[in-house]
Amino acid sequence: MFENLSERLGGVFDRLTKQGALSEDDVKTALREVRVALLEADVSLPVARDFVKKVQSQATGQAVTKSITPGQQVVKIVHDALIDVLRGEEEPGALKIDNPPAPILMVGLQGSGKTTTTAKLAKRLKDKQGKRVLMASLDTNRPAAMEQLAILGTQIGVDTLPIVKGESAVQIAKRAKQQATLGGYDVYMLDTAGRLHIDEVLMDEVQAVRDVATPRETLLVVDGLTGQDAVNVATEFDGKVGISGVVLTRMDGDGRGGAALSMRAVTGKPIRFVGLGEKMDALETFEPERVAGRILGMGDIVALVEKAQETL
Amino acid sequence: ILGRMIGRDTGPRRVLDDDMLESLEELLIQSDMGVETAVRVTANLAEGRYGKRLSVNEIKQALADEIARIMEPVAKPLPLYPSKPQVVLVVGVNGSGKTTTIGKLASQFRAAGKTVVIAAGDTFRAAAVEQLQVWGERAGVPVMTAPEGSDPASLAFDAMTRAQQEGADLLMIDTAGRLQNRADLMEELAKIVRVIRKKDPEAPHNTLLVLDATTGQNALSQVETFQKLADVSGLVMTKLDGTARGGVLVALADRFGLPIHAIGVGEQIDDLQPFDPEDFARALTGVEA
Ligand SMILES: Nc1nc2c(ncn2[C@@H]2O[C@H](COP(=O)(O)OP(=O)(O)OP(=O)(O)O)[C@@H](O)[C@H]2O)c(=O)[nH]1
Ligand SMILES: Nc1nc2c(ncn2[C@@H]2O[C@H](COP(=O)(O)OP(=O)(O)OP(=O)(O)O)[C@@H](O)[C@H]2O)c(=O)[nH]1
Ligand SMILES: [Mg+2]
Ligand SMILES: [Mg+2]
Repeated sequence: MFENLSERLGGVFDRLTKQGALSEDDVKTALREVRVALLEADVSLPVARDFVKKVQSQATGQAVTKSITPGQQVVKIVHDALIDVLRGEEEPGALKIDNPPAPILMVGLQGSGKTTTTAKLAKRLKDKQGKRVLMASLDTNRPAAMEQLAILGTQIGVDTLPIVKGESAVQIAKRAKQQATLGGYDVYMLDTAGRLHIDEVLMDEVQAVRDVATPRETLLVVDGLTGQDAVNVATEFDGKVGISGVVLTRMDGDGRGGAALSMRAVTGKPIRFVGLGEKMDALETFEPERVAGRILGMGDIVALVEKAQETL
Repeated sequence: ILGRMIGRDTGPRRVLDDDMLESLEELLIQSDMGVETAVRVTANLAEGRYGKRLSVNEIKQALADEIARIMEPVAKPLPLYPSKPQVVLVVGVNGSGKTTTIGKLASQFRAAGKTVVIAAGDTFRAAAVEQLQVWGERAGVPVMTAPEGSDPASLAFDAMTRAQQEGADLLMIDTAGRLQNRADLMEELAKIVRVIRKKDPEAPHNTLLVLDATTGQNALSQVETFQKLADVSGLVMTKLDGTARGGVLVALADRFGLPIHAIGVGEQIDDLQPFDPEDFARALTGVEA
């Protein structure tokens, strides 16, 4: 599919006239293909639409660098605009975890990678920042979810809250808070059961957990392979629970990662980390440049334009 | 825009023009159908109808009919064979719902009077075995396990031996989640298949690829690679109880024609349904049943 897109764009670029500045029509023609590229990268339609509209006005009238085509110039403008949207104001890796014990609440759909990410993040806080971390599983739903977190805790050398069968998520959250305070932990992490954003009972439950723990950070863990549904997920979780950041998992796959743009555009919250594998050290801070190149899938053109602009 | 336009059931007739077709295309794109397939489906819809005045309901219904028509040939239940055991290998990317789907399927087979053995072939992920053991209990089916970190192929071999000895009707093998671009892990899967074939050259009789409905266009790459390297014989799509519509199945039907055996619609043991093209098309287009 990549080849098709490049070919199609190649055609568009040739047809565009070469002149001093980008005309409205040049921009329109190129942006039609960019819109398709974004949709094929799984950027949600309303987000892709708004984004293209914004770039349209930004790009029209801009001077075209010699030795590149107007179409290539538009791609570069799009690329820079993508980075702009993807980049948050804050340092992505800097979590608000002063005032011990600082609670971190992990939420998301089923199977998105919450439990794995909880453990990865705990390991990171321990290794890189020397924090004492306590992890607790509030997942009373999925078979062996609590055991999963406990095993990961042992693997990475981070304490987990002892499992008490029959407790509700809210009861576990209270016990975690108590133990974190008494035990002198810097951070306590609450891993929750996967839930659909339209599941009222479970969304109420996570609200109750939030109210008990008053988390410093509430991270929405999202599968990097997510398609158009990303807008719904982001809107509902942010609206109902209130998130402070996003973690994109499975970015070690060959997905184009358009969900990143949808998440940023809908919530305005920073993307903090990306998951790059199943191992406990496969978590990195989010880099907008890398993800922008991936979403657009036209890194060669961007590099070409950058080179042409340098040699001016 | 579309919700408003398509959402109303009654209301004035509208000319099926380019604007209308574009809105329909966008409806399909938002179901994860992908641009190419969405364009093709709307073009088919327009044939013989372009320029005509239709009610919103007629348009929605026609679109649903068109999608159901594409999906009809791939809607097939999991085929059953006389082999003892019939071996069902379950594969897919991480977290797609493999283990849960095995639990649900095992329960359905048991209800149909079959004897089933499950092999916990995910020897990698923390507590994957314990998770499957719970599902085994729920379904009333024995689960064969191996220690964490051990070779899944040798467990598959042992499970074949046991299922053959016991004369079980079905052997279901769970596997660890793996992304299709991980060549080493795909080779591990190929090895499981090779080992199973030492016991029965016809096995695995079914290789199910489990897809998550929230996944976007990457599902195409998943099917392509898993089919090439693991000989996928059919698909199951999970998590259709959410707001994701699973439109990528239409693109997949178009491109690969693999049968779709079932859909997951929840986390409980009974939340597995046959794939019904008309229900699917109605849910995708928003036509009320
Ligand atoms: N390749 C890859 N796999 C990942 C990543 N993060 C998590 N996984 C895998 O995804 C699967 C699901 O991860 P979990 O952490 O259990 O997901 P979860 O959100 O806790 O799932 P539920 O609790 O059932 O909702 C597991 O197989 C993980 O190993 C990642 O960044 N890359
Ligand atoms: N809502 C919903 N959740 C589902 C469905 N199928 C599975 N799940 C949930 O999705 C999560 C992942 O399911 P698993 O069965 O563990 O997925 P898996 O493919 O075995 O995961 P790995 O072995 O880690 O790769 C669990 O929380 C399941 O309860 C479904 O049809 N609907
Ligand atoms: Mg979990
Ligand atoms: Mg599993």
